[in-house]
Amino acid sequence: MSDHEYTPKSKLGKWFNDRLPILTLGNHLTEYPTPKNLNYWWTFGGILTFCLITQIVTGIILGMHYVAHADLAFKSVEHIMRDVNYGWLIRYVHANGASMFFLAVYIHIFRSLYYGSYKSPREVIWIIGMIIYFLMMATAFMGYVLPWGQMSFWGATVITNLFSAIPIFGEAITNWLWGGYSVDNPTLTRFFSLHYLLPFLILGLVVLHIWALHVPGNNNPIGIDIKKPSNDTVPFHPYIVIKDLFALLIFLIIFAFFVFFSPNILGHADNYIEANPMITPAHIVPEWYLLPFYAILRSVPDKLLGVIAMFAAIFVLVILPWLDTSKVRSAIFRPIYKQFYWFLVADVLILGYMGAMPAEGTYLLIARVATAYYFLHFLFILPFLGKREKTLDIPLSITEPVLGGSVNPAMTKNIKDKV
Amino acid sequence: MIKIFKTILVVIFISTISSFSNAAGESEKPLSPGWSFKGFFGTFDRASLQRGYQVYTEVCSACHSMKYLSYRNLGEPGGPGFSKEQVKIIASQFEVTDGPNSDGDMFTRPARPSDKFVSPYPNDQAATAANGGAYPPDMSVLVKARSGGADYIYSLLVGYEDPPEGITLDDGVYYNKYMAGNKIKMSNPLSDGIVEYSDGTEATIDQMSRDVVTFLSWAAEPHMEARHKTGFRAIIYLIIITILVYFAMKKIWSRVETKV
Repeated sequence: MSDHEYTPKSKLGKWFNDRLPILTLGNHLTEYPTPKNLNYWWTFGGILTFCLITQIVTGIILGMHYVAHADLAFKSVEHIMRDVNYGWLIRYVHANGASMFFLAVYIHIFRSLYYGSYKSPREVIWIIGMIIYFLMMATAFMGYVLPWGQMSFWGATVITNLFSAIPIFGEAITNWLWGGYSVDNPTLTRFFSLHYLLPFLILGLVVLHIWALHVPGNNNPIGIDIKKPSNDTVPFHPYIVIKDLFALLIFLIIFAFFVFFSPNILGHADNYIEANPMITPAHIVPEWYLLPFYAILRSVPDKLLGVIAMFAAIFVLVILPWLDTSKVRSAIFRPIYKQFYWFLVADVLILGYMGAMPAEGTYLLIARVATAYYFLHFLFILPFLGKREKTLDIPLSITEPVLGGSVNPAMTKNIKDKV
Repeated sequence: MIKIFKTILVVIFISTISSFSNAAGESEKPLSPGWSFKGFFGTFDRASLQRGYQVYTEVCSACHSMKYLSYRNLGEPGGPGFSKEQVKIIASQFEVTDGPNSDGDMFTRPARPSDKFVSPYPNDQAATAANGGAYPPDMSVLVKARSGGADYIYSLLVGYEDPPEGITLDDGVYYNKYMAGNKIKMSNPLSDGIVEYSDGTEATIDQMSRDVVTFLSWAAEPHMEARHKTGFRAIIYLIIITILVYFAMKKIWSRVETKV
């Protein structure tokens, strides 16, 4: 937060600002001192905000034409695709927007993991982020059910059935979720209602996420605490605004490519077959962004333990700030952690791949090893590494390495030589 | 070390993506005869769409419904390009049940362009019962509902063969090398000359398959041409504005000595 008090220039502005300091907020947001060495991995916060707004706007328009009824949902989606003006565009933006949203959120999360953005004093930002991520998955899952295709129906059946693994109350909970004794019209209508509600909860959490960010300020690629404002910072506007805009436009080109030239490549063909409770598809697969968790779920032989493992996979992320014991934030100065970081990236990609394959034979074996490694990384490697790893010397300010070289692998090599 | 590792990651990633596109199972990989509507500037061949409609009405529609299409779609931009008059005539060849009238009775009348395509059976159960227990799927979005899409359906239509030795088929089951499990309950619907094209094109099995699959691809995605056109413009626009913003960004950041 800037130290100086802001006073609006105009009399009216001053009068209003004394009663509701919204101009002070605006001034804070534009002046907000941001580390000047942020790289492009830091632009995904802005991209994600854009994704959320896009999903909400397109979603509200789709909601005007969609009918949440088991007999009419599929038909109403076809109505949107064929007869609503630019309905095809709005629906394809919404459907592919979900994938782009997750692509961006995964980059955002892995950026945080690489540069240690979750560490003190930013634990609360991280935890709010994880709640957002969890709600995003819930929202996306329910959204996928709405077109009432075969994958919608059977995906909903598989996921809601997970709750039946809960001892004693399992069946009651599942029936309560369904609003009946199987996935049917009541399930569809409540999913529609919740799918409309959750994005607004996410929006509220995003405000908290940014608020919590503006207390300590941004982390940065070299992960050091910096004085604000100082030589090391630039005001958010225009420097970061224009950079975020540039990155967003690149992102939009990729987005547009999916929407206009291969809008169905990320979906499953079976979802263009209307839901039929009498016919089970050969392979029931969730959307790509849920595959790693699906792989973890299936790699545990016991149903209840599988469900626990799946939720634990998210929960270890929530408590990550206390699992990683290293005081050094950025992986640039943690040579061993850096390697384990890339192992984790590979592990999650492998899990995602195994989630799309049938759970049998070699696939299952690899999925099990990958699942074990996932937990090993967070529960053993990170706490241990933080205590043992020999980290590199950390520069005192951002300007210093900029003037005396730069923070890049060549620079760290120089530091290593000195050590 | 990290470089090697990153290379491995890229390899894994690429193999992941390529393996998704592989068709699973024992059936053969679909043929790709090449379609005019694929690619950045893909458009439908009007003549092929009109011939495809003919194949659909004269052959497929005996069993397969197309309940999400209306007759008016046949005259809309980006479609087969029938004229308004032609669409009216096409529609009037079908009978629809309407009503109730002012006396409370249902009545039949010739279809209008605003009516949906008339289905061959009153309901799915009737369709299933009439086809030996196999429901002939609705064809409105069939191309999008099959992995492999247009290629797969084309291959299926030209892929009927006598079963190889050692495979015995039940009554009403046919051998098709592109079908999953190679057994299909639809008999070979096409034979040379089964329809007579008015434009003089020879109605070979291959030609009819191409035409009807072109028609089905349009039916599944009637706004595809508009999508390609809008998409091309949108991407050009985005690229131009991205370049402008890039130079604006360079200019702004030139005030501080950090590179962007």
